[in-house]
Amino acid sequence: MSNRIACIAFNTFREAVRDRVLYNLIAFALLMSAAAILVGQISIGIERLVVVNLGLSAVSLFGVVIAIFIGISLVSKEIEKRTLYTVLARPVRRWEFIVGKFLGLAGTLVVNTFFMAIGVFAALLYVTHGFQAADGWIGIALYFIILQFLMMTAIALLFSSFSSPLLSAVFTFSLFIIGSFAQDLRGFGAMAAGLSRWLATGAAYLLPNLSSLNLISSVAHQQAVSTQLILTNTCYALVYTAMAVCGSVLIFERRNLK
Amino acid sequence: MKPGGRITAIAAVLLLVCLAISAVAVHHLDRIRSQTEWDEVLYVPSPKVVKRLSLGYDGLLADVYWTRVVQYFGTKHHEGARDYQLLAPLLQITTVLDPQLTVAYEFGANFLAPQPPYGAGMAQQAIELVEYGIRNNPNDWKLYYNLGFIYYTELKDYGEAADAFARGARVPDAHPSLRVMAAEMAQHAGELQMAQMMWTTAYQSSKDPNVRANAIAHLRALQVDEDVTNLEKLISVYHQKAGQLPSNFFDLQAAGLLRALPLDPLGQPYKLTADGQVEVRDPDDFPFITKGLPSGYVAPPPRFRPSDLGSS
Repeated sequence: MSNRIACIAFNTFREAVRDRVLYNLIAFALLMSAAAILVGQISIGIERLVVVNLGLSAVSLFGVVIAIFIGISLVSKEIEKRTLYTVLARPVRRWEFIVGKFLGLAGTLVVNTFFMAIGVFAALLYVTHGFQAADGWIGIALYFIILQFLMMTAIALLFSSFSSPLLSAVFTFSLFIIGSFAQDLRGFGAMAAGLSRWLATGAAYLLPNLSSLNLISSVAHQQAVSTQLILTNTCYALVYTAMAVCGSVLIFERRNLK
Repeated sequence: MKPGGRITAIAAVLLLVCLAISAVAVHHLDRIRSQTEWDEVLYVPSPKVVKRLSLGYDGLLADVYWTRVVQYFGTKHHEGARDYQLLAPLLQITTVLDPQLTVAYEFGANFLAPQPPYGAGMAQQAIELVEYGIRNNPNDWKLYYNLGFIYYTELKDYGEAADAFARGARVPDAHPSLRVMAAEMAQHAGELQMAQMMWTTAYQSSKDPNVRANAIAHLRALQVDEDVTNLEKLISVYHQKAGQLPSNFFDLQAAGLLRALPLDPLGQPYKLTADGQVEVRDPDDFPFITKGLPSGYVAPPPRFRPSDLGSS
């Protein structure tokens, strides 16, 4: 079982890294990190801040774009090219296929983030001429960004398991936007009454809470991140990701592929 | 030439021609729509709406808005403008987006508070900005210092200045001069030593070359103001004794009132006019001076000396 999942994951990774779009996006993210150095020079007193803010935002945004645009085509492309039938004709279960696809893209995003992070740290080193202990929190922010990618990949995969690539992209991107407003949605639920209160609160808990995973601004100010927050965010992101992958498996298991 | 090569050549020439025409068109558009039209527009005036629209990337957007503040103030200041209508709203958006961006409070208050041409002449908005900064960063002693500084230099409200310094002195790791300034303010407010202490603290507490150059320029201006006051007192004494004004500083030396030829802080000798006024040789070298200026002199926007920007 694990061999089959690993095989699908590895092939998904190999297929993703062959995609030229991926390299263009990474190049853009690195370019933005480099541009942060120039932005710092036309402002006052934010040379370091702008490198961290712009660099990590670029990693996050471009990573989300990669997660969405590769994630939405993970299943549909296999169906379109009819390679899915070849795979499923072998002793591979449908859920193994979905889990393998998810792990393959997740691995691609982790590797991408690693390279983009090198760009951010290189720009930071250029500006500050040395690292401080507090710069280690940037690593935690990057870890949270990866958790965000896992959630977005799982959501993209969920939509990809039953919808067309275009609609999947629209749905996933919409959830990304709504997820960034998660705290506002909860606040709205607290202020509303009756049915609206239940609907808003229910939606706030069902939709991904991406705002709690965004610590870019705090680490840019070298503020410490509590262990409790790291553990809670890790737990939340992994559970939410598992939930979305389970949803994909449930849908894909019942999907008529004829 | 092969047909394929000819098409490539034509396409390349067309591309270059179109690029040139579009560049000329953009240049023409820039001339039609003045820079002011672009600068004086704030598309989303509500800080809270901007924060919501940032999708969690509020730190990045704060940096963008702060850069816009710097560019807006810098451009207007360079033009010698007296109206900075977007400065306060831009600073408000910046600090709502990132309440920990202390540089925006420190510099922003110094852009807002001074009277034109040195600033926007909005001391009250500067105080509100710094108070907002203090509420969000209560342990940053520099903000209390900035607050006291505005009360002292712009509003001449020495009681509020002393209160701000006293509040700052209670912050852990506050600069020791805050306690001294809070204590001395009651007795020596408005005196030269007090002002010198404040600018010296500004110089010592910042690593930013612009802040340090500004502090040096102000310390020099204070020195010139003091020198001119003292020299004019000596001229008055000479006038009483000799019954006439001195024709130059050597007369004061000969009368035993002056030991040596008086030099300004940059090493240039002061000028003595026929009507007994003391002036600096080059007033452009001394922005912020209030004495020793030739009559009718209009100060240009202050320029820091390159050597001051590199001082450590």
